[in-house]
Amino acid sequence: MEGDHAVPGPFRARLGRDDRHDAGGITTYAATGAKYGYNLIWFLIILVPVAYYVQEMTVRLGAVTKRGHAEAIFDAFGSFWGWFSLVDLMILDWLTLVTEFIGMTAAMRIFGVPDWLTVLAVCLLMGLIVVNGRYWTWEKIALAFCFLNLIYIPAAFMVRPSVTQIIRDGLVPNFPGGFNGEMFFFLMANIGTTIAPWMLFFQQSSVVDKGMTEKDIPWGRADTWLGAWVTIIVAIFIVLLTGTVLIGVEINDAAQASAAIWEKDKYVGAMMAIGLFDAGFLGAICISLASSWAFGEIFGWAHSLNTKIKEAPWFYANYFFTLVTAGLVVLIPGAPLVLITLFVQVVAVTLLPAALVFLILLLNDKPTMGEYCNSLGQNVIGGAIVITIIFLSTCYGLSALFPSLFQ
Amino acid sequence: MALVKSIGASIAGNLEKIREINRRYSRPRISMSTAVRISLLTLRIYLFVLVGLLVYKFITILTQ
Repeated sequence: MEGDHAVPGPFRARLGRDDRHDAGGITTYAATGAKYGYNLIWFLIILVPVAYYVQEMTVRLGAVTKRGHAEAIFDAFGSFWGWFSLVDLMILDWLTLVTEFIGMTAAMRIFGVPDWLTVLAVCLLMGLIVVNGRYWTWEKIALAFCFLNLIYIPAAFMVRPSVTQIIRDGLVPNFPGGFNGEMFFFLMANIGTTIAPWMLFFQQSSVVDKGMTEKDIPWGRADTWLGAWVTIIVAIFIVLLTGTVLIGVEINDAAQASAAIWEKDKYVGAMMAIGLFDAGFLGAICISLASSWAFGEIFGWAHSLNTKIKEAPWFYANYFFTLVTAGLVVLIPGAPLVLITLFVQVVAVTLLPAALVFLILLLNDKPTMGEYCNSLGQNVIGGAIVITIIFLSTCYGLSALFPSLFQ
Repeated sequence: MALVKSIGASIAGNLEKIREINRRYSRPRISMSTAVRISLLTLRIYLFVLVGLLVYKFITILTQ
């Protein structure tokens, strides 16, 4: 941990903001573009401050308390809420990890790579990334994969979207076809994929693991702004890509979008598939760590990427167990993968409101937060965002349970 | 055999750890102001309703 204090400020807070695109996210943005063209770009731009305010709070909480989100909940609210959050996080992370493997195997299938080889290669690669015993090395490798996410930008330029149409349709708030149930579902899905519960746990733990302190908070804020913009810019380019090439095509997953684009332009289709694999891989890196960090915090195991396997056996055992079992599920013939994907949305709805409410309450805990406590303004903005997210994500979860609810 | 014993000891150790965690965090540290109480109560009701809906959906799928 000590060594990381030598890392310059702007880079110390980086990861956690730039890694928000996972396989599910790519599917949501691809489907949004294919369904509504450029018309919901304005809505994605609105999500920048939403993502910023929520994540800024986790950065501040982690930097001040030096505790991950799970440990902070145990400490402040007692073991009932602590176990609830931890077990819920474990289930959600594992299910989400399965969906990341679904995305990665589907993406590599386009290139003729068999599923077993993708799963094996991903597990080996992710093992190699974490066993080097340095947080900063891990973060640099993960950042390289984040950089690959930008592949959607040249891909979108290659399909030549109309700039006039982007400005006319995309930057003026509008609801094509009216504000109906389907539109509501898409808006909810876009919010749901931008703010996921595991992200809060992952980000706060990463802030602690990299040794951020109160003096790093301004850098953390700047970095969070940058990350929020990069995330949404990439999302916009995905929308531009599918909104240009696949407009009117019903998209159920990003791999299907890649295959459909491949039919029209091999290179762009390949870029879409590479981006999907990369997003799944990044999601898998972060999700498997989120659980391992949380368990390490609570059980008192050594739980830092700055430790070797021998020094933190349970931390790494948890990491590899989650990873390998999730990968194996995808290889089971006839596994209920669609049901798992659906279940992720429902389980997320049980954890997200709790995690967000605890976040606001913890940031108002004056004895712990001191001068970094939420101001009235921050509470008003943060509170409004949290209530909106809870409402929309609940509707999203309910629509997964009862598909006809918003039709 | 040694491996089984070692795994058993490890599991027993972790069960003891769980008991210790429950003791350590048996009482919430945060001061229970009205806002905190209302928030936690609302959260309990929310989760109760949600779990109820999940159970309802599960039963509906089974009986279909």
